[in-house]
Amino acid sequence: MYGNDFSAPADDPPGGGLLGEVEAAEAELRAAAARERRGGPAPDEDLAAYFADVVGAEQKIEPRDWMPEAYRRTLIRQIAQHAHSEIIGMQPEGNWISRAPSLKRKAILLAKVQDEAGHGLYLYAAAETLGISRDELVQLLLDGRQKYSSIFNYPTLTWADVGAIGWLVDGAAIVNQVPLCRCSYGPYARAMIRVCKEESFHQRQGYEILHTLAHGTPEQRAMAQDAVDRWWYPSLAMFGPPDGDSTHSAQSMAWKIKRFSNDDLRQRFVDMCVGQAEVLGLRIPDDDLRWNEERQAYDYTQPDYDELMRVISGNGPCNRERMAHRRAAHADGAWVREAAAAYAAKRAEKREKVAA
Amino acid sequence: MNTEHSPLWEVFVRARRGLSHTHVGSLHAPDAELALRNARDLYTRRQEGVSIWVVPAGAITASSPDEKDAFFDPAADKVYRHPTFYEVPDGVAHL
Repeated sequence: MYGNDFSAPADDPPGGGLLGEVEAAEAELRAAAARERRGGPAPDEDLAAYFADVVGAEQKIEPRDWMPEAYRRTLIRQIAQHAHSEIIGMQPEGNWISRAPSLKRKAILLAKVQDEAGHGLYLYAAAETLGISRDELVQLLLDGRQKYSSIFNYPTLTWADVGAIGWLVDGAAIVNQVPLCRCSYGPYARAMIRVCKEESFHQRQGYEILHTLAHGTPEQRAMAQDAVDRWWYPSLAMFGPPDGDSTHSAQSMAWKIKRFSNDDLRQRFVDMCVGQAEVLGLRIPDDDLRWNEERQAYDYTQPDYDELMRVISGNGPCNRERMAHRRAAHADGAWVREAAAAYAAKRAEKREKVAA
Repeated sequence: MNTEHSPLWEVFVRARRGLSHTHVGSLHAPDAELALRNARDLYTRRQEGVSIWVVPAGAITASSPDEKDAFFDPAADKVYRHPTFYEVPDGVAHL
């Protein structure tokens, strides 16, 4: 698939279609790079016009290119927020590593949480190419001056929540992130391709957990349904406020950082989930969910955006716990960083002596 | 993490024998040995490579894209460097 057209989500098998889109985005990245283009701006050329020209031609902006200051700031904010989300996102799932029901599930969950750390690091590295340091970004998170996705402020009460997070939360993240593989900023687009390829494993492992529970004992089935009941609306809220209220959308679309509106992506997610829920044999907790022949999409109940705003502003069920845990982990890890630096300094000193 | 004590490294991975090392991203580490280990954990969790290079980011000198035209122009008017520039008479083989 090339160009701006995405295939109808309803035709996609679970996961497979999205993975295909990531591969298409990767191919597009190479194709865009292969298209002949002049080099830098002419000495007397308007830099803003040059920037618009590069973005308009579906070419990538690279770290040393000139870019509008607001574009740089928007990207730093978005990529950092995304990186922080990956790092904080380790907590709700990490909560279940020691209690996973089998060695296999434990090994898989460990690998998944390690991936989330990796995603955070790819993204911090991408943000650093915009001229901000990792230390500054980490500090901004610890000081509460930059945010992370509101979804991670909900608790993981049962093992089924690990499944629901994989299916719904990672599923929503993928729908959000696949278009970011085609973002106009090169390092972000490349990081997202890597992230999305790994996320599809996450979504499938969650789906498998729920599928197993949903076909287990009545208690397991009830546990799976309860997890879906609690995670459905917060997952819908992950796409952000409705288009009318979204503060950053229009400019980000013009800059090709963002490709689809919040509501378009949310609709796409709902349409994907309906069939997947049927296969699970679980119910999506929405009495008004029904196919709309005219729109060729499902009508559904919007999430509670007041709740979203409350959680974003710090008053979700776990905001304080997540931040306290992050700060403690950072402080408790200080000795590791210091020891590694001392060891490196000692070795460098030894090498100098040998050289002298 | 203190950037001062944990500088930035650029990571290059050879995906398979026979391919060249390709830039995959960057990371922070206090020394080259830890940079290699971190690179293994960060960029090759799914057997993406058979060899890794790490290079201190500060050691890289880059040509700026702003200079691109002037810097790379000298190559533009030397079409005779490409074999397609030369006309081969009909019937000549092995050339």
